[in-house]
Order: sequence, then C-alpha cells, then structure tokens
Amino acid sequence: MPNSKNETLIVLVEKMPAFPKSVQQVMELTSDLNASAKDIVRVIECDPIMTVKILKAINSSFYGLPQKITSVQRAVVHIGINTIKNIALGVAAMGMLNADNKADFNTSKFLLHSLTTAAISKMLAERIGLSAMVSGDCFVAGLLHDFGKVVFAEFMPDEFKLALEKSKEQQLPLHQTELEFIGLNHSQAGKMLAEKWELSELLIDAIAHHHNPGLNQNILRDCVFAANQISKYMQFGDGGNPLIEEFPEAIISRFGLPFPAICEALGDLEPVKSEAQSFINL
Amino acid sequence: MKIKFWGVRGSIATPGSNTVKYGGNTTCIEIRTDANDLIILDAGTGIHALAQDLLKEMPVKAHIFITHTHWDHIQGLPFFIPIFIPNNHITIYGGIDPVTNETINRALSVQLQYSFFPIREAQLNARIEYVTVTPGVPVKVGSATITPIVLSHPVLNFGYRIDCDGQSVFFTGDYEPQLNIYDPQDDEFAEFQSFVDAKWDEVVLAIKDVDALIVDSSYTTQEYASKQGWGHGTYDSGIKLATAANAKKLFFTHHEPTRSDAHLDEIYQDLLRNNAEVGCELLLAQEGVDISL
Repeated sequence: MPNSKNETLIVLVEKMPAFPKSVQQVMELTSDLNASAKDIVRVIECDPIMTVKILKAINSSFYGLPQKITSVQRAVVHIGINTIKNIALGVAAMGMLNADNKADFNTSKFLLHSLTTAAISKMLAERIGLSAMVSGDCFVAGLLHDFGKVVFAEFMPDEFKLALEKSKEQQLPLHQTELEFIGLNHSQAGKMLAEKWELSELLIDAIAHHHNPGLNQNILRDCVFAANQISKYMQFGDGGNPLIEEFPEAIISRFGLPFPAICEALGDLEPVKSEAQSFINL
Repeated sequence: MKIKFWGVRGSIATPGSNTVKYGGNTTCIEIRTDANDLIILDAGTGIHALAQDLLKEMPVKAHIFITHTHWDHIQGLPFFIPIFIPNNHITIYGGIDPVTNETINRALSVQLQYSFFPIREAQLNARIEYVTVTPGVPVKVGSATITPIVLSHPVLNFGYRIDCDGQSVFFTGDYEPQLNIYDPQDDEFAEFQSFVDAKWDEVVLAIKDVDALIVDSSYTTQEYASKQGWGHGTYDSGIKLATAANAKKLFFTHHEPTRSDAHLDEIYQDLLRNNAEVGCELLLAQEGVDISL
C-alpha cells in the first residue's frame, strides 16, 4: 500500500468512534459527579479504541515519559483521572462504531474475541509467574492485537470483505488474504498505527508479530499468540480468521504445555466469556 | 534568589477585611535571580499588582510559567499591563493539554475575545512569545534552570523546579497526591499502589533538597475527607512531601477562599505545635513579603 494511503488511514482512524457499550457507559459515568474512578477505568480498559486513544495521548513526546506507558491505570496515575475521563468523553463524542459495516464484519463478535484474548493472555502471563504489571501489559496487547481489522472494516470494507470471504471459503489465514486484497495485513496496519502513536516497543512488536511467535523474545507477543488460539478454539467471538495456528516448540516450552492441553490447564474459561460479554451487550 | 508572593488564594479572589493579612489574590509568584532576571509562576489576579510594580522598570523582560490553565491561574494575564507596552518582551511557558491538544497561547487568546475583553490579541504591543515545555526537559532563563514535572490535578498541571545561583525552589501548582482508586479488596489494588508509589518517588526526586517548597495546601486533613479527588493537597500532605524531599523551607499556599486571616493564624499555630520535630521551616504564603533564600 502506498504511503499516501497509509497517511490517509492514520487521519481517518483519528476520528474513529469506539464501541457502543463503552460510549454509552462513558457518557453515563462522566455525567455523574459521584461516579467512581475505577468504574471509568474499567470501561476504557475493555474498549480497544478508547484504550489506544489514551495510550496515544499519554505516550506523546510532549509528556516526556522516561518509559512508555502500556496501561490505562498507569496513565491515570501519571496524568490524573479527570484528564483520562475527558479524553474518553472526547472519544465518546465521536459517536459509536457501527455494528453494520460494508465488510459484513461483526464488530460485537470481534470485540468478544479481542476481550477474551486479552483476558486469557493475562491469565497465561500470571500462570507463568509474570509480575502484575507485565500481566496487565499482556491484557492490553491481547486487546489491541487485531486492532487493524476493525480499521479495515471501517475504512476499507470492500477489500476487507473479499479477504474475509476468501479466508473463510478456502480456509486460508486472514492475514494472508488481507495482503492479497488490501496490500497490507491487520498486523502491519496495527504496527503502523501503533508506531505513529508512539506506543511501547514491546506492544508494537506484539501487534506486528502475533502471527509469528518464534521471531524474537517478546513475552507479550507469546501470551497473545497462545491466547488468540485458545479464544478461537473456545469459539469466543470471532476475529474473522477461521484457522487455529499450531503451537511452535518455543511456545510449548514457554507455557509448559502443548495445545489444546493448555486450555484445560487454565480451567473453566466460560466466566471469561461471560464477563467479556457484559462489556459488549447494550 | 528572591521570592515574592503576589497571589496566595485558591479558586477565586477574596478581597475584604478578612483577608488583609495574607492576601486575597489568586496565584502569582515572582522570582528574581541574582542577576535580576524575572520569572513569574502563574498569572492569577495577583499578577495585576506585580504589573504595577514593574512599571518602574520598563522595558520589561518577563518569563511567565503557567502551571495549569484553571481560571485562578490565568485570569490575570489580560491585566498584566506590560503586554500592552511596546519594547516589552513577555514569554509564556506551558504544556500541551492532552484533551484539547491546545498549547499555552490559548490561555491568553481565549480571554482576549470580543465578548470577554475589549482588546484583541493582535492589538497587544509587547513582543509575546509562547513556549511549549516538556516534563523533565529543563528550560534556561538567564542563570536559572526551570524543570517541569506533571503533578496530579483535574487538568494537566506542572510543578516547576527552579535552580539558580546555587539555590532552588519548587512550586507544585495545584496538586493532590495520587490516591489509589481501588479498594484494598480489589485485585487491582496492589498493582495500582505500585504505580502510585513509583510516581511519588518521581515527585520526591524532582523536589529533592530544595531550599524552598511552595505547596498547594488548600485543606486541613479533616476537610480533605469530603474533598478527595478535587485536586488539592492538605497541610499534612505538604509536610509529608517536604520531609520526604528534604526541603528546607515549606510555604503553604492556595489558601482556601473562605479561610480568614484569623483561621489561617489558628491553623498555623496548630501546625507549629503538632510538627515541632519536622526538619523544615513551616511558613504560610503571604502576599507582598520579600523572601530571600
């Protein structure tokens, strides 16, 4: 895809609205003087578009952070809940992401896939003994890993529709058919946007390479890769990619179990789905 | 370095017989380097009296650092008389608001509109410059180095540390030390607390060993119970900060607007009595008093 097209995409995404339930909740919570900070944070944390806009604002070079901020909670500590609330309100004022797009991409199912991937990614991180902070970053990476898809559905629906259809009909990886019809896949689009927004290197890498788990050492990406397959296996929502990828050796040794044994080891995952669902249904 | 408070009141100017001693103007602090370079912290209503004083030394070269754009910290800008007089050079420093993406020039331009003020921005005769500052990145003014840090308030707020001629002062602007937004039984409590603690350490480091710390102490601890999240500190949180940072003098400012001189005196006596062991000198900010560090 030529650079001018990328630039156009970046400008379009600036105005991209968030998911309906979080828009509604942000509107409600910001109209209530007594709303608790943690309720507002919870809503933002469960919407990839709200989250990305907060991270974009806080990681801007104007705030001179010595280290990039990967979580909404840290953004709150750094810049204050009222500012975070007002950024979210600004996003909410852009309207709601349309459930019906020309690509026939179901955004509710997409959000369920993203949210469950996020939650499972965090569970995996905790399971292998990572710190609360890194586990939280694994949640964010899971939430944002497929961000490029919703951008395609919104702004390149015709091409994305063809990619979705071919992927489904011929059981090909979606990132492969996207390349064919759009000229870049959702990982590359997500990477381009994440770089533009100055997100953390590890987060950019996890978004860029969530389909290439063996590439380099990145715990965020490994957790997202595994969680992505588990979410698809459990049929939690739908990110549009029908294929479950095999666990390479590096991933098996990282988590100590092959697929799908790892799913069982995580216990009953249905509550993950129902909790995520509660952030989606209006 | 010399310091003079021209405005010590929070929220709204409070003229009247109850505020004669400490003063009723909103925030404005004059700082002079040994070479007499002029640094002004915030442009509340107190800047008007400072402007009158500056008329004796035209042309004026002033560096105004805005902590944040709440009304009580910018309201005096259109009344800073040197902006109307040719050959004066005024530089206004501030951050970029993450919600509006506006730079600090908006603090003045938004006030100089037909409905609110009779003079337009284009009609100002002084040379006016705006500088966007970045947290952690020092700015030089003569022999002084001014370093901003983000401090928690309901709008983007910078604390400024000024180092010059071997001395240092730190002004918090409006600041409420971050609280944990979770309850102790919540899963997120411990992690959030670790972020809060890390930020506290960063703030303490920025203030470390200053000769004077000027801190937002709007409330008593008792009053604060019903004002959490409003964005202001207490006398006790100021002492805690000064102690952690090893500040030599601690000035309490942003006096709550309903606070009378008598009440401030009473609070001050209590503070002295209850903090006899504290390692820094405790002082209430008072308008018009010259302070040499």
